[in-house]
Amino acid sequence: MNVSVQLFARARDLAGSERVSVDVPDDATVGDVRAALVREYPALEPIASSLLVAVDADYATDSKRLEQGQVVACFPPVSGG
Amino acid sequence: MSESGMVRLTREEIDHAALLEEVRTHQAGAAVLFLGTVREMTNGRQTIALDYDAYPEMAIAKMQSLCDEVLERFPLTGVRVEHRLGRLELGDVSIAVAVSSPHRAAAFDAGRMLIDRLKEEVPIWKKENWADGTTEWVHPGTTESAPPKVGQREDSRS
Repeated sequence: MNVSVQLFARARDLAGSERVSVDVPDDATVGDVRAALVREYPALEPIASSLLVAVDADYATDSKRLEQGQVVACFPPVSGG
Repeated sequence: MSESGMVRLTREEIDHAALLEEVRTHQAGAAVLFLGTVREMTNGRQTIALDYDAYPEMAIAKMQSLCDEVLERFPLTGVRVEHRLGRLELGDVSIAVAVSSPHRAAAFDAGRMLIDRLKEEVPIWKKENWADGTTEWVHPGTTESAPPKVGQREDSRS
């Protein structure tokens, strides 16, 4: 399936886009999407190990299985406040 | 800009006096207001301005769930959290946390917990606009791009 991923902050700047898409197997996990992102957008490599992934507006661990139509976002550690 | 129950994201100046009034009730004997403001010096570097960005849908959801959590944990009579986004100049208020409670201990503790957890969990980011003309996203724990000196990470975050 094709997964559209929203990027924020430094991840968006490095990738040069606020939304990218990656192709992953239909039974892909969050970890698969993260790996595909860094593979297809090597500019993300410097922050690859710190990237956080959110699915449907909640933090998701790498083992979480993705379903078609879920909203996926990826970003580096937060710094609000 | 974006609002849900007790929390709000805005691109305008935060009216923190009004926010504090929103939590004041006759059941409260204590009201605590925390303001986060734009600091000029961080680890010896001078800031001109900060740019705040957010993932709004998730930021609102996370801020609201933090409010729900402190309401469960402490005997509070009111909670409000408002975060500003966009370009902020020195001294501007970036965040206001207001809580009230029958007694002061719970109000202080709940306010502290809200701001501490917000800084760790809510998807909002700040970008430093340094006086030397460079810019830099603040991403705690990342090793790239001029990491803060050891032991001073806390200083670089707020």
